Amino acid sequence: MRKSSKISAVPYVIWILIFTIIPFLLVIYYAFTDYNTGAFTLNNIINSSNYLPVLIKSIILAVIATVICLVIAYPLAFIMSRKSEAVQRVFMMTIMLPMWMNFLLRTYAWMTILEDNGIINNILTFFHLPTVQLINTSGAVVLGMVYNYLPFMVLPLFSIMTKIDKSVIEAAQDLGCNQMAVIRKVVFPLSFPGIATGITMTFVPCVSTFIISRLLGGSDCYLIGDLIEEQFKLKGSGFHVGSATSLVLMIVVLISMGILNQFDSDEMEDSIK
Amino acid sequence: MKKFNVSLITAILLALVLSFAAFAEVEVEDESYYEQFRGKGITLNVYNWGEYISDGSDDTLDIIEEFENISGIDVNYTMFDTNEDMYAKLAHGTSQYDIIIPSDYMIARLIDEDMLEKLNYDNIPNIKFIDDEYRYTDFDPNAEYSVPYTWGMVGLVYNTKYVTEEQASSWDVLWDESLKGKVLMFGNSRDAFGVALKRLGYSLNTEDLDEIRKAADSLSEQKLINQAYAMDQTFDKMANENAYAAPYYAGDCLTMMKRNDALAFSYPKEGVNQFIDAICIPKGTTQKDAAEAFINFLCETEVAVANCEFIEYFTPQTEAAKLIEVDERIIPSEEVLENSETFIMLGDQANELQENLWLEIRSGSGLEAWMWALIFIIILALIIFIILFVVRKRNKKNLDY
Repeated sequence: MRKSSKISAVPYVIWILIFTIIPFLLVIYYAFTDYNTGAFTLNNIINSSNYLPVLIKSIILAVIATVICLVIAYPLAFIMSRKSEAVQRVFMMTIMLPMWMNFLLRTYAWMTILEDNGIINNILTFFHLPTVQLINTSGAVVLGMVYNYLPFMVLPLFSIMTKIDKSVIEAAQDLGCNQMAVIRKVVFPLSFPGIATGITMTFVPCVSTFIISRLLGGSDCYLIGDLIEEQFKLKGSGFHVGSATSLVLMIVVLISMGILNQFDSDEMEDSIK
Repeated sequence: MKKFNVSLITAILLALVLSFAAFAEVEVEDESYYEQFRGKGITLNVYNWGEYISDGSDDTLDIIEEFENISGIDVNYTMFDTNEDMYAKLAHGTSQYDIIIPSDYMIARLIDEDMLEKLNYDNIPNIKFIDDEYRYTDFDPNAEYSVPYTWGMVGLVYNTKYVTEEQASSWDVLWDESLKGKVLMFGNSRDAFGVALKRLGYSLNTEDLDEIRKAADSLSEQKLINQAYAMDQTFDKMANENAYAAPYYAGDCLTMMKRNDALAFSYPKEGVNQFIDAICIPKGTTQKDAAEAFINFLCETEVAVANCEFIEYFTPQTEAAKLIEVDERIIPSEEVLENSETFIMLGDQANELQENLWLEIRSGSGLEAWMWALIFIIILALIIFIILFVVRKRNKKNLDY
């Protein structure tokens, strides 16, 4: 039994070796070597600290987008999980449907909606209302992030909430919990792993996006993803400075995920007790 | 019913394919020259710009297919977006290409890094049609490595409803406060610096670091009124009147002008960039003869005409140029041509400075005030949260024992 389970893991191990471990080692190698001499250097990393404001801005926008996703997705996932299976399937369908379309197309579509002569402003002009500046703002970028990554928040929350037994909630009610207390003391702690997964799955793509900011962000919204993409195209040293910035981003993401998982595992222990 | 439909469609498709094969033959100079490759199972990997060859859509000539028919060589055609993308793939990638079509300054870089094969003109008899003016250039002075494919100009496309002809006669229009939020700038460093340097009266290829810094300052200034750094988005933004003035490539401007009648085109008086895209063979090819046959095919008059009509850039092929009527709105006058410059490869120092300054311009001066406030709040919230958490945990532990 154990032997066969080892063998069945082989394809995945090979996959992860080729597409995760080796690229990751390459990034580390490039980040710490000099382009001209190939010697060990910290200059690439130090150099990337020049772009700290870009990193902070990316993190802020990603945090805002993640919080909005959570606020929208949490009640939705809870309500969904309490419905009958047929209703769940319909909900699921409407959430997944936009994802059947290409990511780039969806973002381009937002561009036509938000433009100064776009759909929203045309409607406003039709009713003789003043037009509003929507595109080329940080808000537009956050909107793009929320729209594109909301399903990644809903899905883990939903799958964990369907596992919460109805009898647990009923027991809490029987013991005198009101609606708020049920959610605060029972549903929330039990759904914590789902929240942690959802935050990871939305925050990470949000913080590293570059196409959303390029299409919706205008000239002021330059995020760390855009920077890395352009750094990789620099003549000669491109791979080295680009890798250094990616590494910094990876470490920041890793640290924030580490903190999050700390809460996660502790809460789990509590809820088991 | 369904089955019937499928077979009907297949029949129509088959008929179409057969009729194309039968009628759409290109007239070439010497058909027997291409025959030598037939039956050898040769495959050519061609790497070109997107939308940059007549591809058979809308009744145009499908050049790749015609070449495959006439020579029996299979063509594996792939596309890139920017010179820099192409370079990255060529320099770091493992894919092998037999034909690439980069722009002037990139060819200079490739020559400098010894990445191109010297061409054997015995295999390219049609070179006689190519105008010498575009062959012996600054980036390839002896025309050893490249055969020009198209040439074009950078110019200014503007909306006549909001921008006067007078304003559009100078690059200053992109710095004009009255057009705040309605102008675009190139989304790549070389073209953007080109505009800024020309506006200040410097050469596009300046190696003077002070001049480059001044151009960067003026681009930072421009950023305050700039709507977006755009490449392909320029088409939609200009045609839908979301932006009123933008620098772009003349042939593409014409495409926008066809979509919106209010758009017009000008060559700003400070001077513009003239660019040449040329066909090269990268080092490492195993099919050099076949690649040269492909270059020769692209220089055939009928092929060049079809390409020129499809791409709407200017052609260096003299016979084709005679047959094509270019929209006179974008034809550069002698004066404009004299005032224009071609990019050459910059020295390492100047190039590095330009690229780093570009990243600085793009990443901006810092954060807005509300962001600082938000960082403060987030950190504060995090600290309170952690403290509460630790306290709670400790209380629980005390309870346990």
